[in-house]
Amino acid sequence: MKRVHVDHAEGRSKSLAPDGPAPEREAQPRGARIRGNRPVDHAEAAERFLAASDHVSFHDKRLWDLREKRDRESHGIAEWEELRGLASGIKEHALTRLDDYLELFEKNAAANGIVVHWARDGAEHNRIITDILRAHQATLLVKSKSMLTEECGLRPHLEELGIAVIETDLGERIQQLDNEDPSHVVVPAVHKLRSDVAEVFARTLGTDPDNDDPAYLTEQQRRSNRPLILDAKVGLTGANFLVAETGAIVVCTNEGNADLCASVPSVHIVSAGIEKIIPRAEDLGVFVRLLSRSALGSPITQYTSHFRGPRAGGEMHVVLVDNGRTARLGMAEFWTSLKCIRCGACMNTCPVYRRSGGLSYGATYAGPIGLIIDPTYNRHKYSLLPFASTLNGSCTAVCPVKINIHEQILSWRRVMAENHEPKLRKRLSMQGAAALLSRPAAYRAAVDAGNAVLPHIPRFVLYNPVNAWGKGRDVPVVPGQSFHAWYKANRK
Amino acid sequence: MSARADILAAIRSNRPPGATDLPDIPVFTAGADTDLVAEFSRRLIQMGGKLMQSGPEGHPWQSARNMVAEAGVVCSMVPELPGNRTLVDAVPASLQDIDLAVLRACFAVAETGSIALRATDLGVNAVGYLAQRLLILLDPADIVENLHRAYERPEFHEGHYIVLQTGPSATADIEGVLIHGAQGVRALTVLLQAG
Repeated sequence: MKRVHVDHAEGRSKSLAPDGPAPEREAQPRGARIRGNRPVDHAEAAERFLAASDHVSFHDKRLWDLREKRDRESHGIAEWEELRGLASGIKEHALTRLDDYLELFEKNAAANGIVVHWARDGAEHNRIITDILRAHQATLLVKSKSMLTEECGLRPHLEELGIAVIETDLGERIQQLDNEDPSHVVVPAVHKLRSDVAEVFARTLGTDPDNDDPAYLTEQQRRSNRPLILDAKVGLTGANFLVAETGAIVVCTNEGNADLCASVPSVHIVSAGIEKIIPRAEDLGVFVRLLSRSALGSPITQYTSHFRGPRAGGEMHVVLVDNGRTARLGMAEFWTSLKCIRCGACMNTCPVYRRSGGLSYGATYAGPIGLIIDPTYNRHKYSLLPFASTLNGSCTAVCPVKINIHEQILSWRRVMAENHEPKLRKRLSMQGAAALLSRPAAYRAAVDAGNAVLPHIPRFVLYNPVNAWGKGRDVPVVPGQSFHAWYKANRK
Repeated sequence: MSARADILAAIRSNRPPGATDLPDIPVFTAGADTDLVAEFSRRLIQMGGKLMQSGPEGHPWQSARNMVAEAGVVCSMVPELPGNRTLVDAVPASLQDIDLAVLRACFAVAETGSIALRATDLGVNAVGYLAQRLLILLDPADIVENLHRAYERPEFHEGHYIVLQTGPSATADIEGVLIHGAQGVRALTVLLQAG
């Protein structure tokens, strides 16, 4: 086994904040403006994120740091590429027989005393959970992080009914207290600086507004959460994997908060998307080895918990949720996005994500994977998202289950063009690009001409309001020769 | 139609064409000469756990007994190291004042520095998360090389709960600064001791 140094937990980072006395606090940039069903304007929100220099610089470095840790840890395993291939193969197999494996999971989970529920959509999921809470006269739900409950809008639904919901994951709790969505699937508050967290906690938990020490802030959250966890009759967790063969639900966390939510209250509810199914216990060896290494560059999460039935004296439910997944299964170009294990590696490596922040996407899922999942929910509202990418393919290269993410982003652009989405300005320049890209000879002529002209174009031509691409970018250095010209001259 | 029938029917009509085989999974082990104790110890420490040296010759329990004696409220699933609070059948929330819990792991994983605890090893599942600290006894003969070997074990097919714990509760949700004791235990110490 190779000896490599790794950090642990949620990818510890070296201190990235500038030295010296605390500068004047920069206001935290907020996410995309949601205007009903109108297309979310990622570029507009990204522009505001880019203008907040302290925030964008920390965000960029912190996520790149996670990407580097991921590289270090994956390079320490000789069979890494083989594991990715296996993970992809297992998921593809399971998705092509999803009905059989779901029935097998249901049978095995029920045999161990787990009550299995099925929900067609978010509203049905929320109703099932409300009914369980009411059956136990519960007015409080403690929960761990679950992207599915974000999809379903569980928290606002329960709060409207007078049921308090407490997020127990630190990052997720920060976001809840600040009335913001998570900006990243693994590190939900990564777009916030410690000064932002100190402000949120001072306002909502009554902590010292002048103390932004992460250890102090974390301890305050622990103390405020614990009595609530001890009081709760019902706890909820997500699921990373559902094992058909054993009826097990596997949950991975670093804080141990999922286990607190599952083991202290007498009722444990699991919200799980139907695509989380894997066939065998031995498949976990592949996925657990890949998950935290891809996410944070640690060999495993601090807690990998396997629930096969209620705890002594307790009750356990699992809600199997479709919410658009069966429809996606039928999309020839996009069904493999269901292989996703929500590690966030594609987000950490994406230059657009790192410089725009997760909230700029204005959707449950941000970053490259979000660009291909979000439009399956609403093609009009998320019609601009597939353009928030450079198509550099880095997302595909790091994906532990080998989803061809950047190719699917490109496919979505084609779908949007066929649907006449997006409108106006972006489409005008795209038409020119489409005409160019469809004719290789014209493209090569344009590249040669562009390379000759680019160094001499005044900046205002590239950086004007009509050219959205120029925002936040600088003119690239032009090579003396195009690749095509070089290839023609050198291929002997 | 019920939601169940609807979802299964939707899967059947939307299933991608062509079936692929479920791949066989190699065990990816390096061989018999791997020093599992050394690798386990290295990874445990890297993940924030602590390793306790056994006591002096003839007194292997000495360091552990000292730790128990110095702690306040202690509960234990290990007969050689009795606590002062009964664990079996306790209401989970009543364990909120436990300072130290003493448990024996059923096996461990060298690759990740993880120890495995079943419901029967924990007594009450919640003690693994509500206690401030854990002292874990582990038989060095029960260390497996990697996660593939771990998931071959029968424990994953039995009982209602098993967890792989790797060091203490941790978070780096605020600016990537690592903090131990985010929600669950603040410290996890392992004593290698044949069972």
